[in-house]
Amino acid sequence: MTFLDAIRSALDALRLHKLRSALTMLGIIIGVAAVIAMVAVGGGAREQVVAQIRSLGANLLVVIPGNVTQSGVRLGSGAAPTLTEDDAIAIGREVPTVQVVAPFMRGSGQIIAGGANWASPVYGIDQGWFEAREWEVARGRPFEPDEIARGAQVALLGETVAQNLFGSVDPVGENIRIRNVPLRVVGVMARKGQSAIGQDQDDVVFVPLNAARQRVLGRNFANARSIGAIYVKVREGESLSSTEEDVKALLRQRHRLQPGQDDDFSIRNLAEIAATREASARTLAWLLAAVAGVSLAVGGIGIMNIMLVSVTERTREIGLRVAVGARRRDIRRQFLFEAAGLAGIGGIVGVVAGVVAAYFIAKAAGWPLLVQTSTIVLAVAFSGLVGVFFGWYPALRASRLDPIEALRHT
Amino acid sequence: MALIELKNLARHYRLGGETVRALNDVSLGIDAGEFVAVMGPSGSGKSTFMNVVGCLDRPTAGSYRLDGTAVAELSSDALADLRNRKIGFVFQEFNLLQRLDALGNAELPMIYAGLERSERRARASRALARVGLADRLHHRPTELSGGQQQRVAIARALVNEPKVLLADEPTGALDTRTSLELMALIQELNRDGTTIVVVTHEPDVARFAARLVRFRDGRVVSDARQKPANAADELAAMPVEAAA
Repeated sequence: MTFLDAIRSALDALRLHKLRSALTMLGIIIGVAAVIAMVAVGGGAREQVVAQIRSLGANLLVVIPGNVTQSGVRLGSGAAPTLTEDDAIAIGREVPTVQVVAPFMRGSGQIIAGGANWASPVYGIDQGWFEAREWEVARGRPFEPDEIARGAQVALLGETVAQNLFGSVDPVGENIRIRNVPLRVVGVMARKGQSAIGQDQDDVVFVPLNAARQRVLGRNFANARSIGAIYVKVREGESLSSTEEDVKALLRQRHRLQPGQDDDFSIRNLAEIAATREASARTLAWLLAAVAGVSLAVGGIGIMNIMLVSVTERTREIGLRVAVGARRRDIRRQFLFEAAGLAGIGGIVGVVAGVVAAYFIAKAAGWPLLVQTSTIVLAVAFSGLVGVFFGWYPALRASRLDPIEALRHT
Repeated sequence: MALIELKNLARHYRLGGETVRALNDVSLGIDAGEFVAVMGPSGSGKSTFMNVVGCLDRPTAGSYRLDGTAVAELSSDALADLRNRKIGFVFQEFNLLQRLDALGNAELPMIYAGLERSERRARASRALARVGLADRLHHRPTELSGGQQQRVAIARALVNEPKVLLADEPTGALDTRTSLELMALIQELNRDGTTIVVVTHEPDVARFAARLVRFRDGRVVSDARQKPANAADELAAMPVEAAA
């Protein structure tokens, strides 16, 4: 019996009991569909996280001031005004693996332009910001060095703020006020989209660091040079963790911390955050694989069950086939192909169902749809294997029937 | 040398602790071109005889040679091959596969002979034409009468041009007229050179054979030549309204 004949014969047999075949396939279909959908959705979600982290800027460390205890009251991380602009300058100058530093401070305010007003985060930044965050000015121009040095009353608007305050009018050259400080808009930033935690990064106003500190945000800092945080961009190809160590050592020295004394700052590594997310995604993937394995096993047992029924029902057919010259392996192959056909077709239908489901989930969640050919091939191949595995015993049983008994079977 | 040659053949099997001697010391030769009827009451060993001759069963003792091949020593694959090439089976209940049409059923033995699909189709069509079903190639068993179904089974038995056609109660499920038609066909096949062994308990079937072998208690009790009745003549003499 040739391969092709065996396949044709298997499909004939499956067609004979359409409902039964379909129901038997259902277990495999659900298992495979779940795997395809989950892998696609999980992959899409991860892709999005990676894209968001990248949108923050690659190879970035964030240095923030440490927490502080004031008369027994512990204030949160970043509350201590321990970081200064000089720290930032020192990092940029003394750690060779650093490409650029971007000290900044963050506050918020009501932004007024003519009759319109809008509440937004306000960032005081310096020249380093644009390079560290890989964020360009779309219209107008960035801050001039002397504007940053003297804390000029100029501003750059995020796209969302520009839209809300000026609509279709070009805001470049217009005036705005934040906390009664008049500022001239010199440019609009390129659109950046959502951050990793879902914030609209375009809902922002940038002013020179000195202007923010002395005029706009007017926070009462202990040190006139203090800042909110520092972005440290590490050179391409250099190790983030060793740079982190260097920065840490430098800051401990500058802050005159004794060995054993806690850091008065902390450093966050965005790659670490990404790695954590990767790890949790991997855990999820293993979980999915386990679920898929269980559902495929259940589907396989269903196939085994129905194949045993089929062998019993077709005892006479088996007897006849043996009588007209089928060898044991011909009979075995016939039933094995039927089982593999059930599982394989179930796998293919499952892939289609899974892709459709993934498409709708991705669409609803706004994620990119990520269906890899390798996943599909693997799913179909694996389900076929499940069929062969669970079809083996019924096929063996069929091939071992005594033809004389089988022909007498009613 | 005879086509079918049994020498001191025995077939015993154990059933619930007791040894059943289904065949005992059977020696028999059947030449190519013969038409032999094997008769006997149930339990006489005629079914076991048929299974052994059909290479579905192996003898316990003695020897069986089919067309010169000693069957007792063959592996199960070699037996399958022997059945495929040298034996055509016809059963009482036809044993057609319901999901296949006449052509598909007649094709079956050739699938295991490893023939090409086009070759199989052509030969199955020829065999079906020979049994008078040229216009029923694509009918399924449920769309055929009992006589037609048995003709499909005969076509299936013939496609690999076997040395011997083994029929087990071939008319057992058919009415009188259809039985006559079938026996006429079998006689015609025999005239064309096919060796035929029919196992039956009906004298009405056995009388069309040229040789009658009777079994009782696992032994051959008589083996005689006879002048066979002509089924085609009887059919012609039969009143038309008797057709069911």
